[in-house]
Amino acid sequence: MRTVTHSLADALATPEAIDWNRIQDSKDQEVWDRLTGNFWLPERVPLSNDLASWASLSQAEQLLTNRVFAGLTLLDTIQGTIGAVCLIPDAITPHEEAVYTNIAFMESVHAKSYSSIFSTLCSSSEIDAAFAWSRQNTYLQRKAAIVLGHYRGDDPLARKIASVMLESFLFYSGFYLPLYFASRAVLTNTADLIRLIIRDEAVHGYYIGYKFQRGLAEASPAQVNNLKDFAIDLMLELYANEVEYTRALYGPAEDSGRSPGLVQDVERFLAYNANKALMNLGFEAVFGPDQTGVSAAILAALAPDADENHDFFSGSGSSYVIGHSVETEDSDWDF
Amino acid sequence: METTTRLAPELIYFSSASGNTDRFVRKLGLPARRLPLRAGDPPIAAERPYVLIVPTYGGGSVTGAVPKQVIHFLNDPANRSLIRGVIAAGNTNFGTAYGLAGQIVATKCGVPHLYTFELLGTDQDVAAVRNGLEQWWSRRS
Repeated sequence: MRTVTHSLADALATPEAIDWNRIQDSKDQEVWDRLTGNFWLPERVPLSNDLASWASLSQAEQLLTNRVFAGLTLLDTIQGTIGAVCLIPDAITPHEEAVYTNIAFMESVHAKSYSSIFSTLCSSSEIDAAFAWSRQNTYLQRKAAIVLGHYRGDDPLARKIASVMLESFLFYSGFYLPLYFASRAVLTNTADLIRLIIRDEAVHGYYIGYKFQRGLAEASPAQVNNLKDFAIDLMLELYANEVEYTRALYGPAEDSGRSPGLVQDVERFLAYNANKALMNLGFEAVFGPDQTGVSAAILAALAPDADENHDFFSGSGSSYVIGHSVETEDSDWDF
Repeated sequence: METTTRLAPELIYFSSASGNTDRFVRKLGLPARRLPLRAGDPPIAAERPYVLIVPTYGGGSVTGAVPKQVIHFLNDPANRSLIRGVIAAGNTNFGTAYGLAGQIVATKCGVPHLYTFELLGTDQDVAAVRNGLEQWWSRRS
């Protein structure tokens, strides 16, 4: 909801053509380039190669999958049509506005990509049932309502906090499942598509968090404290709801005996990503290592082929090989 | 020269306007210099052995993973000759590109990729890097 003064100012202002040759904030250009460079469409992912794998899942696992994707569709729909769009009036530079339009469009691509998964794997009645479930699930509807409440509020910085929570945290109760399946070599093409979405959301959360920090730099110390408290309270409120959502969704799969420890591992993944949402906003992580120790299989599914050794000091990684010493020429770096 | 090295190496790092890497380095509380952000800013030069801390850019490809300011710095053979290790920042959500800049620099310069942390790093990352650097540096000097 825009205020009267805001609309009046808009009405009186001379419309300005966007000039990409005059950049006020180089981060706008950098993120625009990154997002357009990452552009993809679901039609490029060979989802139908997952059909045999899909048939190997139990009915309960299929139902869980459909519900997870219906829940993710709702979040992407909100972010595409409301979340990213409502940041546009608060933008400081015209290029920031343009980046939000890119984010909004890609969220709509993400939302549509779940429909590609559904149409590949499911019958119409199963698809209808999943969407009906998304309208009725208390925890899913609650998380949507919490975020939308802030999107429609009048504090631009609170809007950005809520947006980063959605981009960097709220998706992950859902993203966990395809990563979990991928770690067992199930639905691997679907997981490839989900990784593309995860990569996009990572840039979105980073950029909106960056713009939040730019705004925060102008705020009074009292406002800074209030916003920090607000961010942590909002995260904890959403986290409590996510835990309920996770138990309701994943509990039956764990109870079936095929996946011991599943719910707890999802909860750790949530805490791990909640920390990252706070960090994108420039705040310190809240959850400690005992709460964020996601299983190695999930991290490996998240970053396949990534160098597993990232702690040389402790010698915990096994794959470390010192780089071959080669003469480096200046031209080597011309990439 | 290296036998007289202090307890910890100097850190040279790059951090974009988002300041994530800068915050991590501040939490380390070790001697550190930041590479200039803009082409017109005065350059810095390595004067003694150092460890480079570099954020990973981009979304999965080698092209553009290392910030161009870091490439510019390493293009100077004098700077390149004093690098002893690299620490990378990244985001697991970038998939295969997680900490990729560290791998690229390590391979190009023939030095170990010491550690990768996410965004501004957690308290555990700070402790691991601080202790790790201190022990590793005293062992090798």
